Amino acid sequence: MKITEQEVRYVAGLANLKLTDAEVARFQADLDGILEHIGKLNEIDTSNVEPMAQVLYDAEDTATLRADAPAPTLGGQAALANAPQPGAGYFKVPKVIER
Amino acid sequence: MDIPSLTVARVREGLLARRFSAAELAAEALRYAQAENPKTNAYLHFSPERALAAAKRVDEQIARGQDPGPLAGVPVAVKDVILTKGVRTTCGSKLLAHYVPPYDATAVVRLEQAGGVIIGKTNCDEFAMGSSTENSAFGPVRNPVAPDRVPGGSSGGSAAAVAQGTAVVALGSDTGGSIRQPASFCGVVGVTPTYGRVSRYGLTAFASSLDHIGPFSRSVKDSATLLGVIAGRDPRDSTSADAPVPDYTALLDGNVKGLKLGLPREYLKELMSETGDLISRGVDTLRSLGCQVREISLPSTDYAIACYYIICTAEASSNLARYDGVRYTFRSEMSDTLSDMYRNTRGEGFGAECKRRIMLGTYVLSAGYYDAYYLKAQRVRALIARDFANAFQEVDAIVAPVSPFPAFKLGEKVDDPLAMYLSDIYTITGDLAGIPCMSVPCGTTAGGLPVGMQILTRHFDETTMFRLADAFEQAQRG
Repeated sequence: MKITEQEVRYVAGLANLKLTDAEVARFQADLDGILEHIGKLNEIDTSNVEPMAQVLYDAEDTATLRADAPAPTLGGQAALANAPQPGAGYFKVPKVIER
Repeated sequence: MDIPSLTVARVREGLLARRFSAAELAAEALRYAQAENPKTNAYLHFSPERALAAAKRVDEQIARGQDPGPLAGVPVAVKDVILTKGVRTTCGSKLLAHYVPPYDATAVVRLEQAGGVIIGKTNCDEFAMGSSTENSAFGPVRNPVAPDRVPGGSSGGSAAAVAQGTAVVALGSDTGGSIRQPASFCGVVGVTPTYGRVSRYGLTAFASSLDHIGPFSRSVKDSATLLGVIAGRDPRDSTSADAPVPDYTALLDGNVKGLKLGLPREYLKELMSETGDLISRGVDTLRSLGCQVREISLPSTDYAIACYYIICTAEASSNLARYDGVRYTFRSEMSDTLSDMYRNTRGEGFGAECKRRIMLGTYVLSAGYYDAYYLKAQRVRALIARDFANAFQEVDAIVAPVSPFPAFKLGEKVDDPLAMYLSDIYTITGDLAGIPCMSVPCGTTAGGLPVGMQILTRHFDETTMFRLADAFEQAQRG
């Protein structure tokens, strides 16, 4: 196995994803198959290849920088319009710290 | 008014000859699309108010004697991962079932400025993750050509809407083939432009280094028109390219004599099928138009799937972190603490494929694995891009299949995610390299299923891609 049940649960924790036991079993099998296929990459020698993070074109370093000029922003009301629980101009969430 | 027979040019002609107004056309297109939708589930919702307002602006411009723009009055469908201010945008996800964006995507702004009329938002795989549109939280889309089959994905709703004739053109998004593969399955034209050609501002992020917005249409010319409208530098997307946008439609002269085309041997070796036969016949047609065809090699092809599914899931796991129950409508009801709220919201809100990709992406980025997976994949990506750069030293365009097979049956592949991933082999390479690529219809199988041929060209050379596809389309229509 490329990935254990314990690792699946650990990764789900990192991703803030609550999984059922059935999902843990399913994803363990799925990820195992996918990681097996991904192992193929070890066949290819990339020691002299620079990683490609982005499709880059010839342009000056500053070509994509905008002028540092003030412009209107979304505004609080629009930003909060989709909040599940807005309140007093803020996003409200369940309590973070036990008192 | 026969809505399915409309083209951009016919709409314009009808408006300028005052045979119909844009408002009448919009109302009729909406009525028709709503009546036809139960057959395919291509649309998730319609936008009548917005459509009629846009149509009214076009009518006013015509009345004042102004040019109403290159897309004047044209009914457009927009994939529901592209933001429309005041019009629900769900991304095919339960998480965003009630999300109403506070702003428009740049592509949406530009197509409306050009006179386009958005009639509705189209169904798709959740957050554009899938190859069949079966991963939508709102039910799958049926292929208008064969209703027991998928339309492809993830932009299955946009492809189906155009194939069904309810929209003249549509916007989709492509990260690993999500425009070209459904275009192929539904028998329409689908275009993935050069990375950065079209602003991604307002496109819900899936894998930012691979995401593209692009057109669907029933003719090459209409896709060329739509791309011309939405392309170009946008200060709101720093990866959008500051490159001049040619007048694509003016350059469609039908003459492709002497164009050098490459056939990648790695793409054709395993294609002993009806799809392969149709591509071969398509290549013969291109030869008869005077193109010079030679075999080329893209030696890193075998590693593309592995490379792609590391990069796209890594980027997706980061991009989807924002759906945490704080800002975007859906929150799990039963949580006492903040961390439980995050976990429960995401566990209840995301569908299986999104969870699978978040898991894989989180795994490959996690401590100890970054170099072995993500960094390795980025190096392999450079090799895949180099393969194309080398090939384009010899040829002007590459011709290839889009998918190893035509549209498959609903439910046929849902239980085998790896098999579904492997079927993306011919489309993901173009996204990894960031080059323009498109699917153009090249015939149907004995069973009547459409098959698309893929054309790929150099960065920013959409012109050659459109010219070749247009000449091919004319020859096919005979």
